[in-house]
Amino acid sequence: MYNGGKILLGLIIFIGLMASPFIFGLGKGDAKPTPSIDTPEIKAMAKKQCVEPKEVMKTEHMKMLNDWRDSVVRDGKRLYKATDGKEYNMSLQNTCMKCHSNKTKFCDKCHTYVGAQPYCWDCHLTPKEGV
Amino acid sequence: MKIERREFLKLAGLSAIFGLGGTAIAGGAKQIAEYKNDPKELKGKRWGLVIDMDKFASDADVQKMSEICHTIHNVPTIANPMREVKWIWTEQFPNVFPELEDKFLAEHYHHKPVLTLCNHCENPPCVRVCPTKATFKRADGIVMMDMHRCIGCRFCMAGCPYGARSLNWIDPRPFLDPKKINPEFPTRMKGVVEKCTLCYERIAVGQPPACAEASNGAIVFGDLEDPKSEIRKILATHYTIRRKPELGTRPSVYYVIGGNKDARKGA
Repeated sequence: MYNGGKILLGLIIFIGLMASPFIFGLGKGDAKPTPSIDTPEIKAMAKKQCVEPKEVMKTEHMKMLNDWRDSVVRDGKRLYKATDGKEYNMSLQNTCMKCHSNKTKFCDKCHTYVGAQPYCWDCHLTPKEGV
Repeated sequence: MKIERREFLKLAGLSAIFGLGGTAIAGGAKQIAEYKNDPKELKGKRWGLVIDMDKFASDADVQKMSEICHTIHNVPTIANPMREVKWIWTEQFPNVFPELEDKFLAEHYHHKPVLTLCNHCENPPCVRVCPTKATFKRADGIVMMDMHRCIGCRFCMAGCPYGARSLNWIDPRPFLDPKKINPEFPTRMKGVVEKCTLCYERIAVGQPPACAEASNGAIVFGDLEDPKSEIRKILATHYTIRRKPELGTRPSVYYVIGGNKDARKGA
């Protein structure tokens, strides 16, 4: 092999460069997001349950918010009768954020982790968070 | 085990019946979330307003209507008239009713401020031209905006003959007074068109529009299709005008201008 040493050196440098993001990122990226439900409103609840059970909310909240939006804005229907029979005012600002008053510690945790950038907050106001 | 064709068909048929019946029972018992109207909601077939400009005690009282509306709806105050956003505001009489302008018109009418807002037309041109159905007419006659759908094309602004719509040319949030922001109502973002929504959010909980409530009777809100409503009584007993009726938009906002009070004053 002509210039074997140089080629090997080049290959090593190349592989090192290409692999560097993975090497430097080792052990950093897999910390699971921990959304906090530690707000005064939720603490005061006897039974800590959202509009629907936690597992449903985890996977369906984005679809639910879309449906709520369409129902309120397009059809003028504002009350949501949940599967457990309780009724809620369908409002991101006035219902969701009343309990989840900690957007940066709740919403943003997972959204940042998965790289989701929902545009809700371009218009909807978030509760002021005490630091 | 040997099974005859006849036996097999019998079994298959029975299990099909049980299977179908079983799912139907289980499906019926399952609770499904549903969307409902608020029982407090005001019900109407075609909401409208009558604005009696002479019932406002002063021009300051007229201005107050804008302030109240713009505060509760987080409408920004932008000084540059090229960028401003407005839901309800005043124009001089000849600009609101250009076809009524006349050089012999009583002098004070030439500068009389008249409240203007979205007319919630029965035949709204803005709805017709909207390519995304972001603006639409509700069953109760309100011409509504769905900000989530608006792409900021401004066709509606070209279509509206009353200039009732404003585009957010810039991010409106820095132009809101942080002390007065209403945390229960959203703001808008850059690139969407907004206008008066006849306080749909108040009607939904049984309250009249904020301007009508704060106007001391100068603005009357009601159902134009209900012959017994107060608004219809006023329409039946007063001479009222609408803006640019010749265009066929059929506005739902009526004006009483220069009623008896003016004639008595001899103004």
